[in-house]
Amino acid sequence: MRTGHRFTRGLGVALCSFALLATGAHAQGTQAPIRIGSTLALTGPLAATALVHKVVGEIYVEQLNKRGGLLGRPVEWIVRDDQSKPELARTLYEQLLTVDKVDLLMGPYATGAILSAMSVAQRYDKVLIHHTFGIPSLAKYDKQFPAWSLGPDPANTVPTTVFTALAASPKPPKTIAVVTSKFPSVHFMSLGAREVAKKRGLNEVLFLEWDFGNLDYGPIAARIKDAKPDFLWVGALGLEGNQLLEAMNKIDYAPAEHFYMYPAPGPMSKSPLAKNALSMTMFEEHPPFTNAAGAKEFIDLYHERAAKAGIPDTSVEVQAAASYTAWQILEAAVRGTNSIDDAKMAAWLKANRVETIQGKLRFDGPSNYGDDLMRVKQVQNGRWVTVYPKEYAAPGATLLVQ
Amino acid sequence: MTFPSGTLLAQSALSGVFIGSMYGLLGMGLGLAWGLLHIINLAHFGFAFLAAYLCYQLASVGGIDPLLTLALIIPLFFALGMAVQWLLSRFSVSPLNSLLATFGLTAIIEAGIQYFWTADFRKLESVYSGQKLRVGGLFVPVPELLTLVLALVLGFSIWAAMRYTNLGRALRALAEDAPMAAAFGVNRRAHALLLAGVCGALAGIAGVCLALSFTLTPSQIYAWVGVVFAAVMLGGLGSPLGPVAAGMVVGVSEAVTMAFASPSWAPIVSFSLLIALLLLRPGRT
Repeated sequence: MRTGHRFTRGLGVALCSFALLATGAHAQGTQAPIRIGSTLALTGPLAATALVHKVVGEIYVEQLNKRGGLLGRPVEWIVRDDQSKPELARTLYEQLLTVDKVDLLMGPYATGAILSAMSVAQRYDKVLIHHTFGIPSLAKYDKQFPAWSLGPDPANTVPTTVFTALAASPKPPKTIAVVTSKFPSVHFMSLGAREVAKKRGLNEVLFLEWDFGNLDYGPIAARIKDAKPDFLWVGALGLEGNQLLEAMNKIDYAPAEHFYMYPAPGPMSKSPLAKNALSMTMFEEHPPFTNAAGAKEFIDLYHERAAKAGIPDTSVEVQAAASYTAWQILEAAVRGTNSIDDAKMAAWLKANRVETIQGKLRFDGPSNYGDDLMRVKQVQNGRWVTVYPKEYAAPGATLLVQ
Repeated sequence: MTFPSGTLLAQSALSGVFIGSMYGLLGMGLGLAWGLLHIINLAHFGFAFLAAYLCYQLASVGGIDPLLTLALIIPLFFALGMAVQWLLSRFSVSPLNSLLATFGLTAIIEAGIQYFWTADFRKLESVYSGQKLRVGGLFVPVPELLTLVLALVLGFSIWAAMRYTNLGRALRALAEDAPMAAAFGVNRRAHALLLAGVCGALAGIAGVCLALSFTLTPSQIYAWVGVVFAAVMLGGLGSPLGPVAAGMVVGVSEAVTMAFASPSWAPIVSFSLLIALLLLRPGRT
């Protein structure tokens, strides 16, 4: 009798649960989706990195829909190709708002395109969360929110972190060469590095600038070799770092200690010439970063999807992590306000901290930037590992010098 | 500005010679088609990068020596060059329109490369990659040396063929006065197809050299256009050796500027040189 009663009660619970699930699924299935619009540089010079953002966005939206979407509605991501052209990004964001009538915006990839999208978002008073904006002082719009956690004054704070790490290394440098592309988001950081180096008493033995798109790195390499710096700061973007390394190798020169601002992560870590190269990071595939909620699941999914998308390096590092963070910020703002009202979301983001795979982010500083979460990473045994500060270092990793 | 050491200056100049030979090798086929066929073939850059990616694929996945890939790449790009010429001639495309049509073709090639190899960077690691010779205090990287040798050998061979063979004379006659050459029995269509094939093959060879020395990404196609055009215009349209010599002048002037001053001054110096030479050269109209 008791067994029969338990069975009936169990059946009842199961039926109710099924009915609830079915209703939920039906509600999500029948309600109009929340449409999120963005552009990415799917073709053109920025396409290699933008593909990372596409894969991450697809993973996040899929996960979000599995969790029931937002506000009980499914989420649809509309992504257009801005061809790496900021002027086209502007037009496409305008179209996303006026023709596609998207509910929310997500930022494009790279500083130029984000600036373009920001101007459109401002005109329509929309929240714009973006992944990789490199020049915080240019972010004047009060409803833009960065996932690229540089802090409001990266030209000072980022080099300070690097030089502090080097000062604590077994062989602190006494001389420095600063060589840099004139690409805006790396150039101002390199100029900042010069200032910080001067304040810290490093002797600058060489300063060089080249135009983005330079084809011959031979003479630059020869001048670095001639200057013999203890530490080489390279304001490089993407492939430039590898090109300079190859040019230095051709004249049989390897820098003692070397730092690259925004290297192409995969090609640099895989290059045998990049031994001990330093860079900045906010996320790498090792503890303590992987302890963040959802990080491990994301990493596994990203490995699978990135391989399927033909991305040669499938590891999750800064770009993928910043992209995931941006989606986490958007989700947090919607859930926090229980709405897709841009004014409410912006106010909520300014008043609250958001838990992300990078750590807890705040948006109450100048230009809505919070803390500078950049840490120092190094190529060790063909992979990037965080080496500074100690509490974020990969297990057992320390900064190595030649 | 401090005066650079002799070694620095010589190493920089050598680097300029090497990059200049790459400009020249890329410009050779472009200049020949422009001068002799009156076709401004922007797809030449697309072909070169397509060849570079094919070389990368055959060498890194197929395990073939990159130089042996030329056995496949040369005939393939010879055929591609002929095919483009056939299309342009079939639709009587004017020189200016050829610029537009081949620009479109370049965009298609770029999209195709991105589809097959993605936009990510590809670097060919071959037996030649890290090899370098030491001459006194200077280092001579083997892949760049190969480019220089190929540019010079091909430049001189084509120059000699143009000057001393009936085929070369016929091509020059066609470029100068096609109806008159035709009246003397020169088959314009066949000769144009042959020359376009040679230009396509030159693009293929340049592509293999690109793969040997440079990291590849589809959008890099356009990075070479400006400076190679400068080398072609400076070297003279229709000349096989001119772009090589001009490429080296541009390359060395850029490299020496980088050794003396800021590298960002290099394009200003090389393009100023181009403007000055175009304005001052004898016989300009």
